[in-house]
Amino acid sequence: MSSISVSTTVNGDPVDFVCTPDESLLDALRNRMGLTGAKEGCGTGDCGACSVLLNGRLVCSCLVLAAEAEGAEIATVEGMAGPEGLHPLQRAFIDHAALQCGVCTPGILVAAKALLEKNPDPSDEEVRYWLAGNLCRCTGYDKIVRAVQAAAAEMRSA
Amino acid sequence: MAFDSHEKRQFKQVGTRPPRPDGVDKVTGRAQYGADVTAPGMLTARILRSPHAHARIVSIDTSEAEAMAGVKGVVTGRDFALPEDAGLADIAVNVMARDKALYDGHAVAAVAAVSPAIAKAALKAIKVQYEVLPHVTDVDAAMQPGAPVVLEGRALESVPAGMSVNVTHASEFGHGDLAAGFAKADRIVERSFKTAATHQGYIEPHACLASVTVDGKADLWCCTQGQFMVRTVCAALMGMEASQLRVTASEIGGGFGGKTTVFIEPVALVLARKTGRPVKITMTRDEVFRATGPTVSTSIDVKIGMTKDGRITAGEARLRYSGGAFPCGTVDMGAMAAFAAYDLEAVRTQGWNVLTNRPKEAAYRAPGAPQAIYAVESVVDELCQILKLDPLDVRIRNAAKKGTKSSYGPVFDDIGLLATLEAAKAHPHYKAPLKPGQARGVSCGFWFNFGGNTCVSLNVNTDGTVGVTEGNPDIGGSRASISLMAAEELGIPYDKVRTIVADTASLGYNDVTDGSRVTFSVGLATIAAARDAKVKMCARAAKIWGIDDEAVEWKDGAAWPAGPNAGQFPPMSLAEIAAVSFQTGGPIAGHHEVNADGAGVSFGVHLCDLEVDPETGKTTILRYSVFQDAGKAVHPDYVEGQMQGGAVQGIGWALNEEYIYGRDGRLQNPGFLDYRVPVASDLPMIEAVILEIPNPGHPYGVRGVGETPIVPPLAAISNGVSRAVGVRMQELPLSPPRVLKAIKAA
Ligand code: FES
Ligand code: FES
Repeated sequence: MSSISVSTTVNGDPVDFVCTPDESLLDALRNRMGLTGAKEGCGTGDCGACSVLLNGRLVCSCLVLAAEAEGAEIATVEGMAGPEGLHPLQRAFIDHAALQCGVCTPGILVAAKALLEKNPDPSDEEVRYWLAGNLCRCTGYDKIVRAVQAAAAEMRSA
Repeated sequence: MAFDSHEKRQFKQVGTRPPRPDGVDKVTGRAQYGADVTAPGMLTARILRSPHAHARIVSIDTSEAEAMAGVKGVVTGRDFALPEDAGLADIAVNVMARDKALYDGHAVAAVAAVSPAIAKAALKAIKVQYEVLPHVTDVDAAMQPGAPVVLEGRALESVPAGMSVNVTHASEFGHGDLAAGFAKADRIVERSFKTAATHQGYIEPHACLASVTVDGKADLWCCTQGQFMVRTVCAALMGMEASQLRVTASEIGGGFGGKTTVFIEPVALVLARKTGRPVKITMTRDEVFRATGPTVSTSIDVKIGMTKDGRITAGEARLRYSGGAFPCGTVDMGAMAAFAAYDLEAVRTQGWNVLTNRPKEAAYRAPGAPQAIYAVESVVDELCQILKLDPLDVRIRNAAKKGTKSSYGPVFDDIGLLATLEAAKAHPHYKAPLKPGQARGVSCGFWFNFGGNTCVSLNVNTDGTVGVTEGNPDIGGSRASISLMAAEELGIPYDKVRTIVADTASLGYNDVTDGSRVTFSVGLATIAAARDAKVKMCARAAKIWGIDDEAVEWKDGAAWPAGPNAGQFPPMSLAEIAAVSFQTGGPIAGHHEVNADGAGVSFGVHLCDLEVDPETGKTTILRYSVFQDAGKAVHPDYVEGQMQGGAVQGIGWALNEEYIYGRDGRLQNPGFLDYRVPVASDLPMIEAVILEIPNPGHPYGVRGVGETPIVPPLAAISNGVSRAVGVRMQELPLSPPRVLKAIKAA
């Protein structure tokens, strides 16, 4: 299989990589770019652990071909914290103990950030439906919903 | 180590909720899990798995695969040593089949290649000739005479003659005169139940990276609940000495018991030895479902007698569990736990394990208990309905307490069941009115808890900070709890302590992270190691002051002269003693090694409000509360987290999760789309109410909390659904089609 070369922007930085035509964006992020924050929980679009933003849209990167990222802007969990510190969602997840094992956390943070960009004041139900594609097996979601709401409140008052 | 009852302890840090030390790593993507590392020159391996539920392996031809460009090594069952120990031999055969494939998904060969794509292509080039054998996947069918034989000659002596060859294990517990007990009852209910096998469902698939040098030293990185267990098993399967195999536990993306054994680790090691290159294996989700986990599947009969005023006069249960294709002792846990919540004059439980063509059972949170207690709590609930008694009153009436001879033998010490039941009864949830169509389910739960082998080192740094080295992977915030206990004991701030999880070359043996043991046992060893360090620091102060060691005591993070006769010296803080340690005898460290007992049993009570859609049979959970005794909640956030997470796993088990086998014996739903675990939109908030009845076996009174919360949801939900639809439900999961069928049949 001949390789394809792809030019993208990842977390604001220009990134070029080569990939095979059948390679997923998740594999390219993890294996070609060394960005292992996005996780593979299933590889079939069912768990959300691989969630990233592709041109601002929340996607399962295991279902996107790496070659499709040509010219696109990709945002991963690695880009959430800035030089000024953690994103309010990241802080809220620590403060509210919204992670146990933490393997779902990168995907959930990326998804929650996308939610709050669309809807800064969601109801609990809206949070739950938005995150329904992100499985967490440890927490029972209670503290996750609370953490998202706490971050949303903080971001609204900022 | 006994509870410090002599001190009226006011905890300063234990019981607070500081941020966990690994929090930043885990919210930024920096934390490294099993699949997140690579090594120079690394190969990727894939595993070929049996498509048959039961088949003799006639031949395996790997020549074509081996000849492919980029393929560096192929292994089959022949490449693995077969240890003499039966338990280890079963693990070896489960890791790689030998003469027979015993279940759909059983590994039969593996390929290491320079890329994942080549490894995958090479699997297709391996030719396995199978002779397909009759199979059996249902526990009751496997017990019938004439059932397909999974393995021969595996029955223990406890199994009575005349049972199916598939029965490997039998046990019996109880006391008292059953016939007399049932004779005293006003009402007797006898029912049979079935529960489906479920999977732990951790989001991180198994992953590992192995390397072996030509002089026989090996390194293994893997996601596991116990790096020392991995070392023991892999060293045996590799014919290596333990000291030559260093196992490092990665961050772990969930386990729940499912990562207390090995699957791919020996395969990666054998391939690394064969190829001379580092080898990485990552399971796909399909492989995780087909070849790891799951729980036992069960079939259970329960008979209980009760007086009109709600006294249980006798209880009896017969439990048939299948732990898959290998002998499995989990039924003992069920037989012991079934009636543990009750103070009974007459009780008997019998259990049998039965072989089926399913994957080898792995522990899942309180293994064996949820199924047995589901069956018992369902019958107790039905008796409450028939006799028009309040389900919590009946449980309070019959509750086991301090001094009760438990249904499995031991006499209970201080336990929190009554307090938990009373807290549930007093809670606004229990008094809240229900709307028409809604119902409330109640259940008790129980787990033994475990202590075990534990080893901790605590190093005092010269700048007054402290490093704690422990050997149990942090699966849900345990570094925070351990740091809190070290800080509490030493009297220094939490953020001056850093707790790390050591590899197998850096610390003595630690049992796996299981049995709800870590906060209890590692906490106990950390407190003891801190006390050891305090004794040494007092001796250093004594040396500086020129007085006897015994004339110095530790208080509030400092050494003080003990009493007026010791002399007048200003106290020396930990930091001050540490700063001059090189002049007073060298570095200061505390250690503790123990095989801890006194873990203290754990009880919980769950309340669940729900409604069932009569059109579809779908159950909606409206309100859910968990009451549990934590002994002492070291970091209450993570105690609540265990209670909430365990409850939700139990909700999934009760409502949706099941291993579905086709008539061909193949697993029909090996993916999260068809094996449906609870998602955020399925659930309400889960209220967690922590009770603190100190455990007499721990200096701070800590009890394990991780497992008990998965036990009550099965019956709490089934009891709620049964009341809502007016039919006693007897099989899990309560999937919409099953509930709809019950509604229609009523
Ligand atoms: S790994 Fe992409 S959805 Fe699970
Ligand atoms: S914290 Fe473990 S899966 Fe969410």
